Amino acid sequence: MKDPKDTRVVVGMSGGVDSSVTALLLKEQGYDVVGIFMKNWDDTDENGVCTATEDFEDVVRVANQLDIPYYSVNFEKEYWDKVFTYFLEEYKAGRTPNPDVMCNKEIKFKAFLDHALALGADYVATGHYARIRKNGETYEMLRGNDSNKDQTYFLNQLPQSVLSKIMFPLGAYTKEEVREMAKKHNLATATKKDSTGICFIGERNFKEFLSEYLPAQPGKMMTLDGEEKGQHDGLMYYTIGQRQGLGIGGPGGPWFVVGKNLEQNILYVAQGYHNDYLYSDALEAVQVNWISGKEMTEPFSCTAKFRYRQKDSEVTVYPQDRGEVKVVFAEPQRAITPGQAVVFYDGEVCLGGGTIDRVIKNDQYVDYLA
Amino acid sequence: MKTIYFDHAATTPVHPEVIQAMIPVLEKHFGNPSSVHHFGRQARKIVDDARSVMAQSIHANEKEIVFTSGGTESNNLAIIGTALKHQSRGKHIITTEIEHHASLHAVEYLEKQGFDVTYIPAGESGRISAEDIYEHLREDTILVSVMYVNNETGIIQPIKEIGQVLADHQAYFYTDAVQAYGTLPIDVKELGVDLLSVSSHKIYGPKGIGFLYVREGALLQSLQHGGEQERKRRAGTENTAAMKGFQKAVELLMQNREKRNETYRYFKQQFLQNLRDEDIQFSLNGEQQFAVPGIVNISFPGINVETFLTNLDLSMVAASSGSACTAGSVDPSHVLAAMFGSDDPRTRNSVRFSFGMDNDEEDIKEGARRIAQIVKRLTL
Repeated sequence: MKDPKDTRVVVGMSGGVDSSVTALLLKEQGYDVVGIFMKNWDDTDENGVCTATEDFEDVVRVANQLDIPYYSVNFEKEYWDKVFTYFLEEYKAGRTPNPDVMCNKEIKFKAFLDHALALGADYVATGHYARIRKNGETYEMLRGNDSNKDQTYFLNQLPQSVLSKIMFPLGAYTKEEVREMAKKHNLATATKKDSTGICFIGERNFKEFLSEYLPAQPGKMMTLDGEEKGQHDGLMYYTIGQRQGLGIGGPGGPWFVVGKNLEQNILYVAQGYHNDYLYSDALEAVQVNWISGKEMTEPFSCTAKFRYRQKDSEVTVYPQDRGEVKVVFAEPQRAITPGQAVVFYDGEVCLGGGTIDRVIKNDQYVDYLA
Repeated sequence: MKTIYFDHAATTPVHPEVIQAMIPVLEKHFGNPSSVHHFGRQARKIVDDARSVMAQSIHANEKEIVFTSGGTESNNLAIIGTALKHQSRGKHIITTEIEHHASLHAVEYLEKQGFDVTYIPAGESGRISAEDIYEHLREDTILVSVMYVNNETGIIQPIKEIGQVLADHQAYFYTDAVQAYGTLPIDVKELGVDLLSVSSHKIYGPKGIGFLYVREGALLQSLQHGGEQERKRRAGTENTAAMKGFQKAVELLMQNREKRNETYRYFKQQFLQNLRDEDIQFSLNGEQQFAVPGIVNISFPGINVETFLTNLDLSMVAASSGSACTAGSVDPSHVLAAMFGSDDPRTRNSVRFSFGMDNDEEDIKEGARRIAQIVKRLTL
């Protein structure tokens, strides 16, 4: 291991508090820290206002406070080609994609990592709440110490070659501690609100945003028995298990989305949060990445998350060919959503994950996407 | 590591004699040149002396010099001021695709206000032709705006020839001479221009000061309203200390222009020779027989300009490309895009190096060595 002062760490700085504190911690540890802002989306509005410009201003302020050089890099094309195109394709296919997983895989830990390495970086650091541990020759990814903020779910696609080159200094802290450190050092971003929008695109009216890129086709809303319940605004706006925005009421409790028929443009709805139709007992996932880099061939038990910030559930994983797995749940699960990630854990260690492709109940595929 | 500055086309360091000239103005002669008391008169003399030196430097008379805050303001005043004043005679403007944004965006603004603009392309040589201007001239053309030396490529434009083409036409002829002034002797009558702009911080003077030459008899709509400074063409209390510094910078330039050019020429030639000796691949953008001595725009096949410039900076070498755009990222150069087409890789792998009097032979050698090292690493 080189001396920190001879170790160049390129920090991906977004202008938020997390990446600001990441840079702060590394600077305090004596590393040769370089801050880089990624511009991946052009959202300049009709008044010439652009959130990327505002965020970059915050990067400049923090970098000056920390006395580190800062730069900007433009990955608009890469983001469009690798993340946004996938995002739209998935919606077109009636699924609910996870752009953050794709953004980590293709942008932050590929395009950006390559850029940083071309700048002579030894490591790239980001403000993710996750930890990396070297175990023998293998790099393990562990959940962040702040269980409420743990972001390993979004990082499930990272391979060994990437893990060997990254640092997650915030993994050891809670969000509260991070805010405290930012305040203690008077960082310009100390009290800045966390972004909750789509990775790099920012916060916006989701329906309106999506309709700029995909034509919305309103259609029928029906019960599974074929009773018409009204109109939907376009299948892409709905996700399995969703309650909000259906606009139907009546006796028998609230209504939920339970399926889509793309061919006939029908949205299926059913009553009750615990409607039986929302429950399944297994799934098939594709594009599975095992973080250890070792191919899994034998079935094994572990825990899994099917959504971000969900509690772990007991599962048994049956590896198949071509990076696919079948995952059988110990308890039936509600609203398993194709397009989202399934991520596996052994205690604190994130084993990897894949994209949920099909959902199974009683050995039958559930027709969420007929 | 020693810092090496190869970005003199962006801005130059301030000459020590310029700083010395400015200090007494800041310390003692703080008066407002418009005041009717002796403090005012003292300050007024500073403005008049500076104006006289500016006028002589381009063979103009003092009434023809309008002090401004620099190149951008001069550009805006010349272009928008002319268009607004003469729109009753026509709404057609001719300019080029390779102008500085300070001109280009001013013209685009006018386009949105209903003016009709023709943009002349440059081609691979980086030089537009007077014939092109002639062919696009119309009866209702009121302004032709062509920069003298392109700030990205250093290519000199045929201003005198265009001046001849326009001699018998109603259109005003404006040239942005910000990048030319430090290198080319300028005689406004010989060039046949009605308007010409100059900036101080490109010639070792302070920032925030420049001037616009406005031919006697040429009329402009002023853009800034207030007092009667600059014969009502540019209201606002004069920046006397900067004017004094600017004056000193111009005096030094007039004494040393040829010597400086020789130095720049030598630096450029040494620099390119060093790069060749390092055995890296590169080519020069623009027809080099028309390039000024201090600027060279180099394409390095296989590099990405953003990665390259960041690497250069991390190795303490300052250079630039195109113009910085939103959120600090680098846009492909509009100048190179106009010359080569926007899909040409040269728009994304070219860097401008510009030399100055604060460079020495060691800078040239060491700079070329660091640059070659990075190019080799990035093109492995």
